[in-house]
Amino acid sequence: MTDTLISADRLSVTYGDTVALDDFSLDIPAGSLVALVGPSGCGKTTALRVIAGFETPASGTVSIRDRVVVGDGREIPPEKRNVGMVFQEYALFPHISVEENVGYGVRGADRSQRVHDVLKLVGLSDHRSRFPHELSGGEQQRVALARALAPGPDVVLLDEPFSNLDAPQRERMRRELRKILKRAGATAVFVTHDQSEALAIADIIAVMRDGRIVQTGLPDDVYEAPANPWVARFLGDAILMRGTVTDGSVHTMLGDIDTSLPTGTGVEVMVRPEWVTPHVHDSGACKVTDREFYGHDQRVEIELPGGDHVEALVPSRNRMAVGDRVAIELVDAIVYEVVDA
Amino acid sequence: MTQPESVVEVDIPVAGTPAAAVGGTAPSRRRAPWWLWAATIVVLVPVAVPILFLAARALGATDAAWNTLWSFRTLRLIGRSFVLTGLVTASATVIGVGGAWILARTDIAFTRFWGVVFALPLVVPSYVLALSFVSATGPRGLIADVTGFATPHLIGLPGAWLALTIATYPYVYLITAAAIAKIDPALEEAARSLGASPSRVFRTVILPQLRPAVGAGALLAALYTLSDFGAVSLMRFDAFTRVIYAQYSGRLDRTPAIVLSIVLVLVAGVFIWGEQRTRGKGTYFTRSAMRPPARHQLSTAQRFGAVGFLGVTATIGVLVPVAVLLSWLWRGITIGSDLFVPWKAIGGSLTAGALAAALAMMGAIPIVILAVRYASKATRWVERSVFMIFSLPHITIAIAVVAFTIRYATPVYQSILVLGLVYASMFLAQATSAAKASLLQVNPALEDASRSLGKGPIATYLRVTFPLMARGLLAGGALVFVTTLKELPATLLLSPPGFTTLAVRIWSAADEGLFARAALSSLILIGVSILPVYYLSIRPKHVLDT
Repeated sequence: MTDTLISADRLSVTYGDTVALDDFSLDIPAGSLVALVGPSGCGKTTALRVIAGFETPASGTVSIRDRVVVGDGREIPPEKRNVGMVFQEYALFPHISVEENVGYGVRGADRSQRVHDVLKLVGLSDHRSRFPHELSGGEQQRVALARALAPGPDVVLLDEPFSNLDAPQRERMRRELRKILKRAGATAVFVTHDQSEALAIADIIAVMRDGRIVQTGLPDDVYEAPANPWVARFLGDAILMRGTVTDGSVHTMLGDIDTSLPTGTGVEVMVRPEWVTPHVHDSGACKVTDREFYGHDQRVEIELPGGDHVEALVPSRNRMAVGDRVAIELVDAIVYEVVDA
Repeated sequence: MTQPESVVEVDIPVAGTPAAAVGGTAPSRRRAPWWLWAATIVVLVPVAVPILFLAARALGATDAAWNTLWSFRTLRLIGRSFVLTGLVTASATVIGVGGAWILARTDIAFTRFWGVVFALPLVVPSYVLALSFVSATGPRGLIADVTGFATPHLIGLPGAWLALTIATYPYVYLITAAAIAKIDPALEEAARSLGASPSRVFRTVILPQLRPAVGAGALLAALYTLSDFGAVSLMRFDAFTRVIYAQYSGRLDRTPAIVLSIVLVLVAGVFIWGEQRTRGKGTYFTRSAMRPPARHQLSTAQRFGAVGFLGVTATIGVLVPVAVLLSWLWRGITIGSDLFVPWKAIGGSLTAGALAAALAMMGAIPIVILAVRYASKATRWVERSVFMIFSLPHITIAIAVVAFTIRYATPVYQSILVLGLVYASMFLAQATSAAKASLLQVNPALEDASRSLGKGPIATYLRVTFPLMARGLLAGGALVFVTTLKELPATLLLSPPGFTTLAVRIWSAADEGLFARAALSSLILIGVSILPVYYLSIRPKHVLDT
């Protein structure tokens, strides 16, 4: 991986009794688009605000390009960090035009050229003399992005960038945002509570829970190999089954699953619904009891011989109907050791 | 924001309690810079210190002073003040709430015109109302002269009641009208669909939601009445303020006046306490849909009644005073009495008003920033003090400042600077409420955005925060200006020698029975006040989509 641009090291932030960040560490490689994802209240926005300089951590350090911006008794104010930020409700200055908003943080002789270039980059050259309230939600967001990019920051931080857009706009904007950021060659971190958004556009996702990072990696890796059952369930649908290891395998309703854990270990087995592959077969031991058809695929509820039910996500071409007898093949399964508190 | 056209948009601070926060005042995690606190303390000193001094002096008063206090005469004085205040509060509330409902929820025509006319008595000082009623009625009054019919002389309790009702109902009206505009029309529609009649909807849906606003308006009317000096003096009704002034100016020993003025504060406290005791909990309105409410269709008889109600009120509140003043002026000119434009008093009023407005706006800035951006227990106490000062009777403040400056600050005793500072402190609540309302609309993320774009805290305040709150601050300043123009007791007691204002001139001319001279100054005063009020009512709506 390329050089680390921003490094957050063991940050902690508390408000009275609530812990917002707890031993939070994260490295952000130059040129990457990182998604900080977690349920609401997990501290992701606080992490952004600490990096930007709007909150002071009780302990820990943040460095940008190897320069400590907070920690070790130093604190550089937000205006001297060269960090761009796109706020959740955009925070466009209502009393000045689009052009003046975008040029607000730009200095120097080529200011108007820079504003022109950035507006072109986000595709809003025609709207330069409008005022923020005259723009649609998507346009406001692009102005906010242009304003953050205009001074040429080391990194752009985006706080829930899509939360104020309706569903169709959101899909379009996230594709567009990614393109703009890549074209600008920017490093960006965005915060979201929507795991599908994070998986869809990030180069790297960092999953947060209760103020700390639980797992970081490529979206594919984190989805396919979650660090624990909580991450598995947070990032997608998961079938979780408890059991105990006997002689190198765990007995579950979906059959025996091999493991290297010693006999007697309490485990939780995770299977994604798309890892369950049913085949229609007259002598199959299982039965289809319900089906939802989506077009590109279908969700099928299957009754197992023991009377339990599981859900499978099956390509549409594998045709089946309620009442069909099926046999089940398990593509993959992950075994976690149960760590009881 | 959509507001009915009929509402004159004046931010009226509600005495006793700071306006409820609209949001955006989550307790701050940041610490306020020390200079904000320093500025705030400087702003509160001119009134707070003398008042504490006065309280200390009253406590240390001789037994004799306290004995006079418990005399039959004082108890009767308290009784009279309660009667007048109760009567005025009741009638002002009925008229103000009734007018607000008619204009906001019925299909009466010309709501915009009525809305402005109905609020217009706001620019007529209570003593000008009293003056016109006194001089128009009675066997030798204007009405008798013109028509030949003698009307009963409006003086004493009935006169004070009428003049103060007209002077205070616009406050109840404006506060209530603003609150009605925020009630979700869907609630009324739901009640109507469940079979409730319009009057039942009013009683069971609208009124309970208006409870906080009506209570605030009524409290304002009550405190105004208790504090009023001009109207009760001209009506020769022995209310607290008139007796205090007589005690103060007629005797060498000022202790009785000091003791009585402290008692007046306690009486005002009873009304504030009463309002808070009866305040319901959790009945605040929410407005989800921003669509115009259904207007109740009036029958012909009801329409006559409604128009008659608005018309009679506006006639007594605006037409009668203006007609009386004009005819006195005309008489003065025709009989060739010694009339001249009181340039000196006009200059004095404008100086006082502008100085007070400028000082109040400057003072409001640190307080509002503290209250909104660094909200804490301490800042809530600052806001509370601002409103407590606003609810204090002016005569008490004036006596306190006189007593304090004579003793500890002789060089500035009766100086224009002290006068301006006292006005600014007295009316600071008007500036802070208006400025706070607009700062609350400024999303703090805008300031964060400016910081992240490389601007320091001061550049951020200058380029982002102030431009966005400037309108609110100016509106507050305009309100302070108008209120200062009308102020009488503090002006009488604190004016530098040779300094005079229109208010003082009206009062002394009326006291001497020189009605034509009083009329000229009154008309000028009303004329000067109308401009800022016009500005307040037509200022463009903010477009702040943040």
